[in-house]
Amino acid sequence: MSVVSVEHLGLRFGDRVLWDDLSFELERGEFLAVLGPNGTGKTSLIRILLGLLKPTAGRVGVNGRPAAESRSQVGYVPQQRVFDRDVTLRARDLVRLGLDGHRFGFGRLDTESRIRIDRALRAVGASAYGDAAIGRLSGGEQQRLRVAQALVAEPALILADEPLLSLDLAYQQAITGLLDEHRRRSGTAVLFVTHDINPILGYVDRVLYLAPGHWAIGAPDDVLTSETLSRLYGTDVDVLNVRGRIVVVGTPDDQHVHHVEHEH
Amino acid sequence: MFTDLLAQHFVHTALIAGAVVAVVSGAIGVFVVLRGASFAVHAISELGFTGAAAALVIGLDPVIGMIGGSLAVGGVLGVLSLRGRERDSAIGAVLAFGLGVGVLFLSLYQGYATQATNLLFGSIVGVSDRQLLELVIVSLIVMLGIAVLFRPLLFSSVDPEVAAARGVPLRALSVAAFLLLALTTAEAIQVVGVLLVLTLVITPAAAAQHFTTRPLRAIAYSVAIALISTEGGILLSLLKSWPTSFFISAISFAFYLAARIVSARGRAGAA
Repeated sequence: MSVVSVEHLGLRFGDRVLWDDLSFELERGEFLAVLGPNGTGKTSLIRILLGLLKPTAGRVGVNGRPAAESRSQVGYVPQQRVFDRDVTLRARDLVRLGLDGHRFGFGRLDTESRIRIDRALRAVGASAYGDAAIGRLSGGEQQRLRVAQALVAEPALILADEPLLSLDLAYQQAITGLLDEHRRRSGTAVLFVTHDINPILGYVDRVLYLAPGHWAIGAPDDVLTSETLSRLYGTDVDVLNVRGRIVVVGTPDDQHVHHVEHEH
Repeated sequence: MFTDLLAQHFVHTALIAGAVVAVVSGAIGVFVVLRGASFAVHAISELGFTGAAAALVIGLDPVIGMIGGSLAVGGVLGVLSLRGRERDSAIGAVLAFGLGVGVLFLSLYQGYATQATNLLFGSIVGVSDRQLLELVIVSLIVMLGIAVLFRPLLFSSVDPEVAAARGVPLRALSVAAFLLLALTTAEAIQVVGVLLVLTLVITPAAAAQHFTTRPLRAIAYSVAIALISTEGGILLSLLKSWPTSFFISAISFAFYLAARIVSARGRAGAA
């Protein structure tokens, strides 16, 4: 059984059609990148898979059940958002919330939970600062803890929404490496939303490209081609390989070129 | 003189009432600080004042009006679940109008003006046995609410996005948090008055967050600071007949200053 099944999914906001008849499946241990310009519903797709947004048409299943019933099977890594300096939360408290934060009461931490939290901290290389106040850690350290928080409940699926945004290159590689290592070891499927494929290109199995009104899915070499993207956008688009980096030129908003320039 | 006062029944009542209010205020304050909702506390207490003034005009118990006004504002703020600047300006606008209406009600009220003064500045020594019982019951409700909702409330306060992804109902929790806050505020008004509610609901929690990095300890420290401030304030006002509210706010502010200094030292030492 697939970890994620998306069948004939449609989403529209008023007159604006984001996608029609979007279908794909995600298998155990698979790493899928969801790419595309702003406003094509990348984050909406994650919200639908979390059962927080109702699609206009079609349906999704996570481990064969409706999304809203499968949240305990899903780990979520959001965009990096810096915590207040003085927030009274330690690194391990943040990770713990991913395990039992949705339950009522104070909840005594039993030995098994403690072991799981320590294991998650170790898995992301954060054991050294497990007892540190979260607000005093760097953005990259906080984002490592986000990954630990997402995998502490041993989910079947990890949904990551632009988790590398505003991180420097070393941390981008570290975070991606952690997710890759985890899915290989434990078979967790990863759906990774990003506007820049380059930091994760070496890890992804398939790419789902969302363009305004159209989409394509397949291996990176098949989707990220001038031919496919020109067809998706309905205009001439060039996909260039510049020193091992993929650069897309000629999309209507030219976001990728814009982005690449910003990195210098 | 002082020891004579300590033997008085009304002093015992005041000390117990103060303790009850301090415990809930200190506890809920931690969540208020985590959610960055200090300004909302101010709004809830001033609209509690409007409710109390309205009750006086129509001849009801002002405490009932106060709880009604606080709950109404708390409920609305919770349902709207506004964040950041949008919330600040909305609260400011509503607060100003509500206070204006309260002033109108007070001018319409023909009874004793001390009632109004007590609302604004507190009247802990005037608490009756029946009021004390009410305070205890409301406090138990709030403490029970905090105990049951502790983890999802913490989760949704510090990390709303991931909490939502885990199925925590953010809006329902926001409503619950603001209703608990409204009940607490209505209690604190009776001790320190509308204008000084923040001294019990915000200051102890703001100080506590500099002494610890752990959520449950923050609650324990905040409650302790609120307790010391309230009981100390009541006792000092017996010694020297300055207003109780002044002493309470002075002690809790001293804790806050000390916390800032300790925290600044700690940071400098770590660097």
